[in-house]
Amino acid sequence: MKTVSAQQLAKVFVEIADTLVDEFDLLDYMHMLTERVVELTDAAAAGMLLADQRGRLEFIAGSDENVKLVELFQLQNEQGPCLEAFDSGEPVVNVNLGEAGARWPRFAPRAAAAGFQSVHAFPMRLRRQVIGALNVFGDTSGNDFQDDDIAIMQALADAATIGLLQERTVRRSEALTEQLQAALNSRVIIEQAKGAVAQARGISVDEAFTAIRGYARRHNRRLTEIAQSIVTDPETLQQIFPQ
Amino acid sequence: MDDRVAMIRHLIEGEPPPPDNGAGLLPRVCAVAARTLAASGAGISMMSEAGARGVYAASDPLTEHIEELQFVLGEGPCWDAFSTRRPVLVPNLDGESAARWPMYTPAAHDSGIRAVFSFPLQMGAARLGILDIFRQRTGSLTGDELATALAFADVTITALLDQHENAAVNSSGEGLAEAVEYRAELFQAQGMVMVQLGVPIGEAMARMRAYAYAHGRRLDQVAADVLARRLHFDRDRP
Repeated sequence: MKTVSAQQLAKVFVEIADTLVDEFDLLDYMHMLTERVVELTDAAAAGMLLADQRGRLEFIAGSDENVKLVELFQLQNEQGPCLEAFDSGEPVVNVNLGEAGARWPRFAPRAAAAGFQSVHAFPMRLRRQVIGALNVFGDTSGNDFQDDDIAIMQALADAATIGLLQERTVRRSEALTEQLQAALNSRVIIEQAKGAVAQARGISVDEAFTAIRGYARRHNRRLTEIAQSIVTDPETLQQIFPQ
Repeated sequence: MDDRVAMIRHLIEGEPPPPDNGAGLLPRVCAVAARTLAASGAGISMMSEAGARGVYAASDPLTEHIEELQFVLGEGPCWDAFSTRRPVLVPNLDGESAARWPMYTPAAHDSGIRAVFSFPLQMGAARLGILDIFRQRTGSLTGDELATALAFADVTITALLDQHENAAVNSSGEGLAEAVEYRAELFQAQGMVMVQLGVPIGEAMARMRAYAYAHGRRLDQVAADVLARRLHFDRDRP
């Protein structure tokens, strides 16, 4: 991990604490967080998984959403570092993927084939409950997290958990379920929108995601909102992504 | 398949149709949901983006009346669950909920209701309605009850999407469309089929499921073929 300046870190923490704005959007927030993790650590990719009501880990957001990476995130409801961090409540760090074949026979070879060398996972904890995990992939060797880095990454994961709950609703025990279900459904909307744009434009779903996210950013709109318009309103799809 | 969904389907299959409430599946879903969740009643309302809405099924006549209250008064947990696309869980209809729903809270309270749990019937952007669970005592749903309630919502969505009510129960055999996890690829394919057919997003899933059923294939295989552009749903052909 590259050395993080205190100033840079403080900026990120202020950004992720800022969840009380009116335009707060959970999916945008999760995407922002995974991107900051990549910037801070020089990682190749980062992603976030949350547990649904059945206790299964579901992919929520990635710094990058190419098909191979999404598959790696999804696979971790069966095996892998996120499942271990989720079950134990402890970080899983500095695992060399080339040596993890026995530990994760399906996950490790696929992650290595996708070009990654190392993997890490940090539990998202709320009191005694673990609600998900933050996943980090590295593509260079000798870039291990040191003790200080691990503490910083865990603090980021904890801050993300609090952000997820939004302070105004955190006192209600029902708020967690309501937020998680909304996040999982927003994730589905984004997948539906990827497919719609891929079909309309004759491009891959990876390219479709890049196009949707690019449009949302250029127009300063929320990702979920754009995705929803694409899927529910054929005219929006035509306007935004003419064939 | 999710064990919970299988268990719920089994219970619904064994449920006799309620008297005077038609032979449809959804009244039975409500009756089984109310019993399984130790609730006083359960109701399903259809709500569309265009504004059409109303009670579709309820476990009993009193619950049907309570379910209708929200539409009569124009406010309540089901409205909020629909508009925010998330469950609205109210374990105690008290002062706090009276501030949120000033007309609905006392009306539901007068009918003996002390807790309401509203679950959106939705699949991503496809919104069909709401499943409401009512209790005459205060208190949260346990984690297990929440998971069960969400599974009831899943079963109801499947039945509504298939547009013929018994499909959700009858097509539960192994290896058929049900034995699939909802994953990114499935929803991406749904978006593609929506554009291919020029139909609403909910109907796209119904068409994929119908295709899988008719060809004896798994839904995830059909989705993979759509994504790989080996299978194309044609506007002119059903």
